[in-house]
Amino acid sequence: MSQHITKKKEYGSSLHSKRRNEIVKKVIIYIILIVIAIMMAVPFVWMLSASIKSDREVFQMTPFVLIPENPKWSNYRDIWTKIPLIKFVGNTVLLTIVVTILQLLTSSFAAYAFARLNFKGRNGLFLAYVATIAMPWQVYMVPQFLMMRRFGLNDKLLAIICLQAFSAFGVFMMKQFYEGIPMELNEAARIDGMNEYQIYAKIMLPLSKPALSTLTIFTFVNTWNDYLGPLIYLKSVEKKTIQLGLKMFISQYSSDYGLIMAGSVLSLIPVIVIFLILQRYFVEGVASAGIKG
Amino acid sequence: MSNVKNMDIDLMQNELNETMNALMNGDYEGKEKKKVLARIERIQRKLSKKRSGTVLSRAFKRDLVAYSFIAPNFIGFAVFTLIPIVFAFALGFLKWDGSNAIEFAGLDNFKRMADDTFFWAALKNTIIYSVGTVPLTMIASLALAIILNQKVKGRAIFRTLSFFPYVGSLVAVTSVWKMLFHPSKGPVNAFLYYVMKIPQDKLPQWFSGSLVLVSLILFSVWKYMGYYMVIYLAGLQGISSELYEAASLDGAGTWSKFRYVTWPQLRSTTFFVVVMLTINCFKVYDIAIMLAGGGSGELTPSGTVLVYYIYQKAFIDWDLGYSSAVAMVLFTIVLAVTIIQFAGQKRRDR
Repeated sequence: MSQHITKKKEYGSSLHSKRRNEIVKKVIIYIILIVIAIMMAVPFVWMLSASIKSDREVFQMTPFVLIPENPKWSNYRDIWTKIPLIKFVGNTVLLTIVVTILQLLTSSFAAYAFARLNFKGRNGLFLAYVATIAMPWQVYMVPQFLMMRRFGLNDKLLAIICLQAFSAFGVFMMKQFYEGIPMELNEAARIDGMNEYQIYAKIMLPLSKPALSTLTIFTFVNTWNDYLGPLIYLKSVEKKTIQLGLKMFISQYSSDYGLIMAGSVLSLIPVIVIFLILQRYFVEGVASAGIKG
Repeated sequence: MSNVKNMDIDLMQNELNETMNALMNGDYEGKEKKKVLARIERIQRKLSKKRSGTVLSRAFKRDLVAYSFIAPNFIGFAVFTLIPIVFAFALGFLKWDGSNAIEFAGLDNFKRMADDTFFWAALKNTIIYSVGTVPLTMIASLALAIILNQKVKGRAIFRTLSFFPYVGSLVAVTSVWKMLFHPSKGPVNAFLYYVMKIPQDKLPQWFSGSLVLVSLILFSVWKYMGYYMVIYLAGLQGISSELYEAASLDGAGTWSKFRYVTWPQLRSTTFFVVVMLTINCFKVYDIAIMLAGGGSGELTPSGTVLVYYIYQKAFIDWDLGYSSAVAMVLFTIVLAVTIIQFAGQKRRDR
């Protein structure tokens, strides 16, 4: 009888220590997570806070206040008059929308052929795409510029569209995703008398929301934030994008911290909004598109 | 006439049947098999052409449909990517300023690099930056992905948050970093001064001298770990939970599970992450000019990188041939690293 009780006790205490281990593990995980979250968030919180401060308040540490007593909202008004920000925003919005739409349409279209159709030269063409993914753009940016200049595209927004809209990455990603869709769907549709264009538009496209969302995030973020491309091509002030404009402002008014931060906040809003809208498809998109390799 | 045609078709059909039978019997192996398969396809194509008897054969129509799908992207891709790439290889062996006559330079551009101290500084910095950034980002993103793949409260918020640095524009986030790490006024140095009691003259100058590369590495890890975390997360979700259950039954602890299940299962993901990281590190430019650049973005030898040099040589000095030669060095390094990684992965697979 007593033996039975001790056994029960032992069992109970080992269960107890197991649970304690679990709790310790959980606590450690949460501490790591919170440290990382702080590291990720602090620069953005600082940005928001500094954007409504005067230059004197920005670096005031003792005491540090998140929201100053008299928030300087005028920073958000003045930034529009100090630089032609409305022009920059307009250019960037136009570029980003056109590039993203072109990228989605042409890559999903081409990827359909690579994933579903049998044709002469398929492997060779696809190899040309894959081989350039590992090729940094910086390697051929100079000859590309010389060629665009010959076409008369220097200092034209169209140059940036041509440069960004036809990436090999988009085709590769969409193709990987399509290959995960069961072939039977295509066969059934063909028996029903659909042609390839109908199958693409009515079956494949609606099924590829995760991949399209992921590609939208990548293209939107890359085009909106691109710096080197516009730096090379867009010379006149009225052609500049928001990134170039902001950088220009920073080098001209390097100590107007409040204004710089207000401009930075404004430049972040569109990408953050797009990301938040589409992010629920994001991990799925990355996973199924097989960019994991 | 039609008899001849029918005979032809019969002959071809016979040939086709024979080859197919041989294939079924397993007469062909490996490369041989591929060749035979290609031959079968060729004969089949000819056959269908003969049978339909029209100029536009079925196969040709099929090809046309496929090309119509590819053309909108491929034309843009060929004109704006493929042709410039070919041109880039040629340009490395030429001497040209963009307007006067083009001269053939042979290997002169590459010989010039040997004595070019600025080039060597750029190359050295780029390599140090990559050697620091690639493993740190990989480890940080893997750790974060493993943590965020578990059931923790607020997982979605943490995931979103760790992606913010990636979506934020460089101009915006680097200007914040320059404020946070400002040598005399920034909160980081204020902390070192007031709390850690480091004397004023010993406070680190984050964006000049020997610390530049350290700052660049830290910044890059911060900015890109969220992106690679998502790729690892996708990889982790592809691992079957049965493997973990089996490991648990064998009494494996947390570390053994990682060592013997997670890490080997993530091998192809890690390959992809390391290759992408290496490519992205070697093409670093904007981070350097924004964090370490002067007023107009000029870099000193202590903070210069390869792409900065390519840009300067091409668009400031109009020394196009030399600039492309430097670009070829960049490409060769990236290619070599990719091939080494690829070979390493292949070897471990066996």
